[in-house]
Amino acid sequence: MGRFRDGHRIGARLVRARSTVYKYSIRLLIDRVTVLPATLEDLFRRQRVWRGGRRAAIAVPALPSGFPVLDRQLPGGGWPSGALTEILTALEGGGELQLVLPPLASLTAAGRRIVWLAPPHLPFAPALAAAGIDLRNVALVRPPGRREVLWAAEQVLRARACHALLLWCREVRYAELRRLAVAADASQALVVLFRPLQAMQMSSPAALRLVLASAADGLDVRILKCRGPRSEAPLRLRVNRPVHALDRPSLAAARARDPVAQPCPA
Amino acid sequence: MSWAIAEDRRVFACDAQAESLGVRAGMGLAAAWALAPGLQLRARDPAAERAALEGVAAWLCRFTPAVSLELPHGVLAEVHGSLRRFGGLRALAAQIRGGVAALGFSTRLAAAPSARGAWLLSFAETELLLEDAFALRDALERLPIEILCTSEEARVLLSRVGIRTVRALLGLPRAGVARRLGPALLEQLDRALGREPEPRRFFVLPERFAAALELPAEVEHAEALLFALRRLLLQLEGLLSARQSGIRQFLVVLGHRRLAPTRIEVGLASPGRDAGRFLELLRERLSGHALAAPVEAVRVEADRFVPLEGKTAGLFGDAREDAEAWHRLVERLQARLGEDAVHGLGLNPDYRPERTWRRRPPGEDRSATENLAFGPRPLWLVEPPRALEERGGIPQQNGPLVMLAGPERIESGWWDGAEIKRDYFIACSTNTALLWIYREPGGRWYLHGIFA
Repeated sequence: MGRFRDGHRIGARLVRARSTVYKYSIRLLIDRVTVLPATLEDLFRRQRVWRGGRRAAIAVPALPSGFPVLDRQLPGGGWPSGALTEILTALEGGGELQLVLPPLASLTAAGRRIVWLAPPHLPFAPALAAAGIDLRNVALVRPPGRREVLWAAEQVLRARACHALLLWCREVRYAELRRLAVAADASQALVVLFRPLQAMQMSSPAALRLVLASAADGLDVRILKCRGPRSEAPLRLRVNRPVHALDRPSLAAARARDPVAQPCPA
Repeated sequence: MSWAIAEDRRVFACDAQAESLGVRAGMGLAAAWALAPGLQLRARDPAAERAALEGVAAWLCRFTPAVSLELPHGVLAEVHGSLRRFGGLRALAAQIRGGVAALGFSTRLAAAPSARGAWLLSFAETELLLEDAFALRDALERLPIEILCTSEEARVLLSRVGIRTVRALLGLPRAGVARRLGPALLEQLDRALGREPEPRRFFVLPERFAAALELPAEVEHAEALLFALRRLLLQLEGLLSARQSGIRQFLVVLGHRRLAPTRIEVGLASPGRDAGRFLELLRERLSGHALAAPVEAVRVEADRFVPLEGKTAGLFGDAREDAEAWHRLVERLQARLGEDAVHGLGLNPDYRPERTWRRRPPGEDRSATENLAFGPRPLWLVEPPRALEERGGIPQQNGPLVMLAGPERIESGWWDGAEIKRDYFIACSTNTALLWIYREPGGRWYLHGIFA
């Protein structure tokens, strides 16, 4: 708070120094002092100013994603909290949820609440529990329509009672995205919006945009947009797949075989 | 439109607009109509007056437990013990004035060291807030004598002998006044001056809340309705804070002229007593659907009060505040989207996929359940299971599926009629999506989950 008082004092001195003509405008400035950060460090911390060429130097509040390869590429070293993240993916079943499970597990274990908003299917409780998510801190919201989804998202973010929001919305206009991004900025939550791949063509106010494509033995992640410099090359992540757990021939090997020639079980 | 209350074919009270046209209390109805042709009349309703007075009394109980009714239109409250807590007499008076105005009533406040004294001072021209017995005597002496007179007879008698103020009355010999005017007048004066005690029956807070408001005109818009409901909800809040209780639900009844009343039950995720919170929930509920018909009366009911302790600021962290914010969020979402649209997830000790999970109220039930040991389970459950196309015995989903693992036989539930017997497989589609599919022996293939 000392900073604000300094701001006031400096401002007050300015008022005294200048002629009456300027008083009004300087008063206005003093009013802004209380809302704007006062020091340069603050500006960087709040990401009002982007500094090129220094990737991890910006102290973005971030949650480790559980994938060190990905963390190294993300500004702040993980999923940004208090910002909108977009994940664009074409398919269901390629391991796209695995990507966000580690931060959700650590949040819920710490007693933080997470909200799944308008998921396309029912999140299956036994699988979530197996991934280390404390179900007591999970809430599911399934609004009837598209507009209610966006309304609910804003309510969730404004309430400041939840630390991660996952939402699914197929069609969303830029103005609505913008609103969502502003709400996400004002919150402390990890906000992940899942959209179909077609949305890649449209511009978005999201702080981080990722494109996912499934690969033979994992997931290809391409960073479309982030705060700070980004690498063009896709990252290959080895996400947790059930086939590994079963110790069966790997996915690649299975795909190499002719599906028709495979003996049908049962 | 101007309004007046009538009793015995006379105007009992009227609003400012009627007064500006020349209508006065005590005027005959014919004369009043002649002055104000558009005057709307309502018969005086003593029961409603008393209910309103009790509402105010209940609200006042937040400041002091010693509140008593002075029928027909006064409430007395003993506030001496509360002055320090509420920042002194003037600050307290300002709070009471503002609060009662929000309930929809105008006030004339007075304070004095004796209950009767305060009551008499409230008839004075200016607002008097006195804490001192000498100042009280001085102020009382300057009051016109009509205020003390309970009967018309006494008033006439005193005006004939030229007694205009209380000071003049006190100057007369006591015995003579008592003989001519009866002991009641002097007793009242003694009580006002604190010479005699005044036993009063204190107002007892009701066990349930019910308050109604008749609207001056039919209302079609939710906003106007909320404005009226706000008064009732503030009254409810007053009663709850006096009882140090909260509620989990309340009922709002909207009265229509012809149709049956609309009942809106509003539930809270956690016990509360904040009128602003009630109002916000009600706003969500009302904005959801149009009113069936114009509303001419509203009623709010609540019972089953639960104890609600005051807030204590935490030394470490804000876990409780967080929980409070969470409850409010859930309420707001449920009020707009419906109860079923928001729920938590829990585990259920059952092997059937449909029953290994259960819904639970969000944020309420914090019990943990053990996860039964399973094979790999998908993160998405497709509900209900989607039938898959088959070609040559091979299930299709964007092309033929390749079985990667399985079968896992799940056979359970013979005891409750929902028996299943299925062989589950993990299959891979041509676009490398992993799916959880099953078939009943000899039956067709279904998609039941996606390993997202």
